Amino acid sequence: MNDESTATRLAKIFVAFLVIGATSFGGGVVAHLRTSIVVKRRWMDDKTFIELLTISQTLPGLKAANLAMLIGDRLSGAAGAIAAIAGICLPGALLMYLVGVMYQVERQRPLVEAALTGVAPAAVGLILATTAKLGRASLSCVADLMFVALTVVCVNRLHVPVPLALIGVAVLAILWHAFTGSPKEQSV
Amino acid sequence: MIEDLVALARVFAYLSLMTLGGGIAIYPELSKLVVDGHGWLTLPQLDYLYGVGQAAPGPNLMIVSIGALTAGLPGALSVLIAFVGPPALLALVVGRVWSKLQGRAWFVALQRGLTPVSIGLLLAGCLTFAKGALTGWTTVLIGAAVFVVVLRSNINPAVMVLAGAVAGILAFGLN
Repeated sequence: MNDESTATRLAKIFVAFLVIGATSFGGGVVAHLRTSIVVKRRWMDDKTFIELLTISQTLPGLKAANLAMLIGDRLSGAAGAIAAIAGICLPGALLMYLVGVMYQVERQRPLVEAALTGVAPAAVGLILATTAKLGRASLSCVADLMFVALTVVCVNRLHVPVPLALIGVAVLAILWHAFTGSPKEQSV
Repeated sequence: MIEDLVALARVFAYLSLMTLGGGIAIYPELSKLVVDGHGWLTLPQLDYLYGVGQAAPGPNLMIVSIGALTAGLPGALSVLIAFVGPPALLALVVGRVWSKLQGRAWFVALQRGLTPVSIGLLLAGCLTFAKGALTGWTTVLIGAAVFVVVLRSNINPAVMVLAGAVAGILAFGLN
């Protein structure tokens, strides 16, 4: 994204995120972001994407909004960050505003319910596949797989609060990498 | 009116910084504050809005509905800015410090340690979500089909979600 005016670049960023904000039904925004930014537009590689995903997961806030902000900032500074976060939030915010205003009118509709019953498992498959792809691109040794498993067990089986699980497993994993300095070439 | 807006902004700015590990993490605190504390809406209303927010595209912005229910458009805007703003600013600052620290030995270890946790949290969130989404063999089949297609191609995720919606209507909507 080098040889173009700032306004064009910002407009492109806004539109890319607006499309994701309007089409990523049923969760799994990370999958949509990766497809749009890494695969389709090639604005960044998987390594940078995972780096920003990690930051957004480590901090409070809505993961997708934070991730959009971070990607926008890397692409085009603070203005890019604002274009990205405005784009990704606008469709959902507008929709939820209307739902809030029309709350009394809005009620169960069987076809919509049926569609959503199909969308939910599709989102599960989508997130799972994206997680696998990101894992393949970023995990470098068997120990990393153990840390992934440990995080899942802590959160889903032992019901450790997410912030505690994050800090606990991260400290273990960071110490492991600090002391072993395991080579990046080994891939799983 | 102004009092409502200030109260909304204060509550949601506070909640925004409690969302470590994803939006759902604040649900108990959210219901305590907006249902029990301020009485802005009832618990069934809150649950309903959460469901709609999950189904809506983009990040779950159900909080906007709470603002709209309580104080119309100004309420919706003040909630949106109060809830999205503080963590976004924090992310911006941390993101910039992060790129400055690249390459230092301790930071490489930090980053490589955080990466599997980040992937793990993604997986954990997906499994939690799956418990409510995979309700029988039909939904498992839909999920598995999407998983295989997305893993083996770079198909637009929106196409798969649409396919899920069509499958859902065919399987559950035509009785």
